[in-house]
Amino acid sequence: MQQVFTRPASLKDVQTHFCPGCHHGTVHRLTAEALDEFDLRKKTIGVASIGCSVFLYSYFNIDVVESPHGRAPAVATGVKRARPDSFVFTYQGDGDLAAIGTAEIIHAANRGEDITVIFVNNTTYGMTGGQMAPTTLVGQKTSTSPYGRNLEKEGAPVRVTELLSNLDGVAFAARVAVNNPRNLMDAKRQIKKAFRYQVEKKGFSFVEVLAACPTNWGMSPIEANERVGGEMCDYFKLGVYKNTENL
Amino acid sequence: MTKRLFVRGNEAICLGALEAGCRHYFGYPITPQNDIPEFMSREIPKLNGEFIQAESEVAAINMVLGAAATGVRAMTSSSSPGISLKMESVSYMAAMEVPCLIVNISRSGPGLGGIDASQGDYFQAVKGGGHGGYHIIVLAPASIQEMYDLTMLAFDLAEKYRSPAMILGDAVVGQMKEPLAPRPKPDTELIEKNWALRGTGEGEQRVIKSLYLGDGELEAHNWKLHAKYSLMKEKECRWEESHTDDAKILVTAFGSAARIAKTAVAMARDEGMKVGFLRPITLFPFPEKAFRDATLRCKKVLDIELNTGQMVEDVRLSVARDADVFFYGRPSGTGSLPTPEELFAQIKKYY
Repeated sequence: MQQVFTRPASLKDVQTHFCPGCHHGTVHRLTAEALDEFDLRKKTIGVASIGCSVFLYSYFNIDVVESPHGRAPAVATGVKRARPDSFVFTYQGDGDLAAIGTAEIIHAANRGEDITVIFVNNTTYGMTGGQMAPTTLVGQKTSTSPYGRNLEKEGAPVRVTELLSNLDGVAFAARVAVNNPRNLMDAKRQIKKAFRYQVEKKGFSFVEVLAACPTNWGMSPIEANERVGGEMCDYFKLGVYKNTENL
Repeated sequence: MTKRLFVRGNEAICLGALEAGCRHYFGYPITPQNDIPEFMSREIPKLNGEFIQAESEVAAINMVLGAAATGVRAMTSSSSPGISLKMESVSYMAAMEVPCLIVNISRSGPGLGGIDASQGDYFQAVKGGGHGGYHIIVLAPASIQEMYDLTMLAFDLAEKYRSPAMILGDAVVGQMKEPLAPRPKPDTELIEKNWALRGTGEGEQRVIKSLYLGDGELEAHNWKLHAKYSLMKEKECRWEESHTDDAKILVTAFGSAARIAKTAVAMARDEGMKVGFLRPITLFPFPEKAFRDATLRCKKVLDIELNTGQMVEDVRLSVARDADVFFYGRPSGTGSLPTPEELFAQIKKYY
């Protein structure tokens, strides 16, 4: 019998702690597949951030350093400068990257650090129980915006990919989603492309992945998937925002 | 290298760090330590190392974390308010057992304070300035030569114990110039870093982390760290001691305060007073036994600091039961640095 589907070598054969319908597992898999396709597993150092993504080391069969909240791009900078031939990526959520870690992501991007950032945007702080994030949509109810995010008082959601694309140091920036097979296949293409930038030492690459958090959204996995494709994609437009080398 | 140099303390730290093999420096400007990033930005590129002026002290210490996690000798430097910002990651590195050097050319505080010599950061340095309960190695140089020598020692101790190490100085020892006799790094045994991240290669996954959620895991990890601190106390205490045999009173001080105190002690000895001197060089581990031994003979101790009393708490915990500990200090700020005559008067007062 021909085997047509296997677990990526970069992922361990373990169960994850992720909730039903959570997209982290999917994004982990796409990231692992990209590592495998470039044969990077043995030379990769991953930087885990704070949030549901902290258990990177439990699921990826790679060397991992844990970063304080939001500081992953600075930690990755240190790792890459010390080991320029290692493959270095951070995996960060929206609370981590777009709130407490704003300075670190902007400046690592601006320096054009030769690292890749996988940014999972689910419009909420997942691990701490669904509080309002910088990416929470206007009107969205969370545990700290119980009346819905208020545009006047809390501002509009931050579009990180667009923001970073304006920096000269950024070589590649794209926003993808994993809510349906078509988007998922494109997400895989863009993550691979981002990795290729680092493999070819072409500079800083960034992929924002729109993802579902059914538990904290109070939705079923199917409803959550529909929300990603609906109001999230309406506000956070999918696409490649920067591709300096046309890889 | 036998040629004597005439350099600032901050430069001596850089020379010591480079001699110790440090090629990764990450920092952020703040007075009075700016000579360090300026020197490193000039010299490290010549040695094919990495210098980054980070976007903040927070980013700088996390760059150190990342670089040091791969096993290289990495450092940062700052001054008091900047050190406060770094403390979150110092706690992480203590927990993750990542060795590195942090230099605090401290300034007067609290808050923005001022830029004068101060010892207001003693508590922060030795009591675990960040959260969660931990210690780091803290060395307090009192001369430009020591700024050089102790920087090299700090890297060795950091690696030996897999712990961050700190040089605690101030504007006096940081910006003053004195002769320095550079010497090659001692042939210390290099420890194999079987924990350093490198990409798994053909080996097992390595993880550097501080999150322990499993039943009993974190307690076990903390006991392991505690055992390490006990071992440091047993093996690594360093101090300078003079005239303690016949002393009727023992003067103690660290860092720049010890320089002034030493002059006051010499003034007292010139007048025939039996005054001893004891200067802790390691603030953590604190040389408890040196104080205990000295106060088995000498029952009076005068502790002098450039603050309103911080190290004195450790002195009180260390001395023999029947010894009296007196304190003289002034909170830091422009014009508050005591003169030798002022300290001599204090010695006379308690003699």
